[in-house]
Amino acid sequence: RDFNERCAQCSEVNWGLTDGGRFYCRSCHNVTERTREVVNTDFITNSRVQTISKGLRKQENNDGGCEWYICEGFQLVLKKQAEALEALGVCPQMKDEILCNFWRCYLQKSKQAYCKRPAGETVKALSACESSTDVDSDPERPSLLHLLSLSESEGDLQTDCSFASSVSKVSESTSVYSGSVDGSLYLMKNQKEQLRMTMPMTLSFCYMALLWLREPITLSELLRFVVEGHIPYLNVFQHFPEKMKLCGLDLRIFCVESWPVYEEVFNKMHELAAFLDLPRFPDITDSCFLHPDMLCMKYLMEANLPDELHNWTCRVVKKIGIGEVDFLTLMPGNKSTRKVKYDVLAAAVIVVVLKLLFLLDDRYEWLLSEFAEERNKNNTEGGPYFEFKKWYEVVKQSLDVEQKKLDEERAKCLWRCEKPLFYSVKNKSKVLKRRQMVVNLQNQFGKLSGSVQRAEKPNPSSFQLSWSEENTDGSCFHGHSLKGVLQEKCGLLTAMNPDYWLCTVKLCNEKLCGHLAHYREVEFPQSYHFVLGLFSFLLRIQPSYIHDEVCMVEHKLFNKKLYKKLKYNTVLRK
Amino acid sequence: SSHEHKLNFRKSKEACLSYIQDALLQKQWKRAAEFLTCYVESLEKDYSREHVGPSEMIWRIGTEILWHHSQSSMKEFSCFMEQMKTLGVKRYLKVCLEHVFHLLCNGQIDEAYQNLSLAESWRFGEQTAIQDKEMKLVEAYRGLLDYYSWSKQKNILLENGEDGFSDLAIEQEMHGYFRKAAVSLKEIIKIPGVWDVFVKCYVDLLEFYGDHNEARQVLNEYAYNSKFPANPNAHVYLYQFLKRQGESKKSLISALKILHDIVPSHELMIDFNTMLQKSKKRKKRRLGLEVIFAVLDYAGWKENAKAWSCLARQVKKIVISEKCLDWIKQEWNSRKDWWPAFHFSRYLAKRNWQENKSLSYEKALVAGILLGKGIHVF
Repeated sequence: RDFNERCAQCSEVNWGLTDGGRFYCRSCHNVTERTREVVNTDFITNSRVQTISKGLRKQENNDGGCEWYICEGFQLVLKKQAEALEALGVCPQMKDEILCNFWRCYLQKSKQAYCKRPAGETVKALSACESSTDVDSDPERPSLLHLLSLSESEGDLQTDCSFASSVSKVSESTSVYSGSVDGSLYLMKNQKEQLRMTMPMTLSFCYMALLWLREPITLSELLRFVVEGHIPYLNVFQHFPEKMKLCGLDLRIFCVESWPVYEEVFNKMHELAAFLDLPRFPDITDSCFLHPDMLCMKYLMEANLPDELHNWTCRVVKKIGIGEVDFLTLMPGNKSTRKVKYDVLAAAVIVVVLKLLFLLDDRYEWLLSEFAEERNKNNTEGGPYFEFKKWYEVVKQSLDVEQKKLDEERAKCLWRCEKPLFYSVKNKSKVLKRRQMVVNLQNQFGKLSGSVQRAEKPNPSSFQLSWSEENTDGSCFHGHSLKGVLQEKCGLLTAMNPDYWLCTVKLCNEKLCGHLAHYREVEFPQSYHFVLGLFSFLLRIQPSYIHDEVCMVEHKLFNKKLYKKLKYNTVLRK
Repeated sequence: SSHEHKLNFRKSKEACLSYIQDALLQKQWKRAAEFLTCYVESLEKDYSREHVGPSEMIWRIGTEILWHHSQSSMKEFSCFMEQMKTLGVKRYLKVCLEHVFHLLCNGQIDEAYQNLSLAESWRFGEQTAIQDKEMKLVEAYRGLLDYYSWSKQKNILLENGEDGFSDLAIEQEMHGYFRKAAVSLKEIIKIPGVWDVFVKCYVDLLEFYGDHNEARQVLNEYAYNSKFPANPNAHVYLYQFLKRQGESKKSLISALKILHDIVPSHELMIDFNTMLQKSKKRKKRRLGLEVIFAVLDYAGWKENAKAWSCLARQVKKIVISEKCLDWIKQEWNSRKDWWPAFHFSRYLAKRNWQENKSLSYEKALVAGILLGKGIHVF
């Protein structure tokens, strides 16, 4: 159908197909040598995306594999991830429209497809058909060892001795450097120019699409689902079709040996949004899940804190303007607006509110708690007052249990899968033998593990800690009152606590050292550290990350006072 | 930006190992097995830079778990060991030896012998030379089991011999085992080391076949060659041999002298003191006193009536002869501060009297002499 040449004999364009798959002219029955290109749509199931046409494509290699390009691999990965998200309840629009449009745009911008001359075409990939002398004699082509040492490492693949030894035998054997056509080429690409695709970046794509659709999944939740196995990431390549053989440098690209970190995925997402020249994202308004008011409510519930605190978080949000549409909505490429981490921001607001009401200096909060305890003992009418001490004990207990479980899960994490990975055909048998031994040992010791079977993947849930009002042991604090820490002044409810301590007087320059502040546990009160730890667990990020955000919120909140102080200081110096 | 907290393969396996370690220390074999199951995939990564790689970890940890776990059988254990042998050629002989030890502990002598023979015939390029020491050990233990077989045949013969029977076949077998054992055992004891069991067995063989010279030489080497680590047992074996040979008191005493230096509380010190006391030489008698006092410095000898009687006898002799009283003074000087509380307290005196009258008597004698007048012993 795509064949538009004129017939050599009769100059007509009227082609049909013989049984043998060859084109023949219907007018003069001239049979050509051209066979119909088998357009293989196996890989790309979305019919709206065309295959990357590179002319005649060799279908079968010796081992039943075929040619495939790295970006096809990533496309498959994204597809799987989108399907998983759909299964979690994300609207199908994400997979069918948003994500694949982003992906197409990316391919276009990075010149891998949908453009005149795809980048891969002109460069000969280092493949098996190269003669050994070519590889050695060309001084400009980077050596394989150089490719290996490119520092964007995903763990320890570099140190695999079996690979190193196969590299040294490069010139003798016809070992294949990569199963894909452009594997080696891919790693050679300059990272800055073209925003080379990586596995963590697939999550950036997902998050970007989720943000565009304003789906109720935060980045920390997304990453947690990945670690819990609900979204394919580790070993996704085992779902590649049989024909797509993975070996050599492909492993460096698709095999991950570490879980992606929030910062990494977040920053990449913004880079990507700018790279794709995306317009302003859809507005994040106060009815969106990602709005601080909404997220604060969720986190307050999860942290087992009184609902009344929500009024306070809303007040803080309003005062410092972080609930504004323009603040929250993403404008790609705009370097002056701060990139918003919705989940971390909400957690930081709660921390600041706790500091406002309870001070958290390891003294005041316990004093307040004692007063509340007294009152609760003597007066049971009108519901209990919130006691910090009780809350601390209840939450700490649960947190410790969950943290312990999490630590054990991390230690029991299985990184390998059934699909064998080998750098070259040479060490295939060794790899398979090892795999067999591992499986044997797993069986043997698995039986001795007793009745402790590896639990089924827990159902994905948005709430990790849950507290029920129905519990009669009083372990749920949602309905508790803040009256014990508040007072009325001029008709307004204010905190009894008159003081506040800033996490840091001066913010660091983020561009220089990457952080707004540097958190060291010993320098701060235990209560503060506990609260940070709680949210650190819920969001699965480092406490220092939340601390940074707390500093930012505080500085916004006390802006005027700080400004005055600084001004005063400079005057003195003069 | 540094992502030091990033959870990666290596960190996750490190954490896994520490959980295994905790479980092992607390003898929670099921839990250790659970985590080991997760750890084994480390085999698929290369850790050639590390000192102890995953294959060695798995071997050692797996051995512990399988040995102690209630549901693990010897068959499973052996199967596991066979797998471990294929894992690291550099460790092949070590694993074989460990396997053999476990089999012996389980009473499977024949299997152990088979494994040792198999290991002996192993060759693997330059590894054979590198693992030379382990190979000698393998041969030595095989030799030891040969000795064990020899010993069994010998006993059979001795039993039958009483009836006047002399089974030639058994005798031939016995001699065969002797030859095999002797060759291997001789080899290993040439290398400096602690080879008590090999030495004992080898000497036993030599004595049986009448080669006393060789036996004496072996024992002397073992005890006196400075290249060998200091080993009290070496001197004990030499002494026992000399005694069996009926050697003079002089050579017996010289054999025990170093033992006194290394292990003053050794049980043979009683014999030593007895010999020294009877000696005609002043120096020897003086040494005897030193020896017996040294013995009673140790808590293990506090209630030993024989030791006290030796001391009592010698001290009494000295006091009665009124010569060399300064010997007692010298020995008592460093002990007068703590021996009274250690040996001669009122509580001990009462208890000794109730439990062991002869001990009490001897002690009282000594105490009377050492502590002088005005002491309430009873």
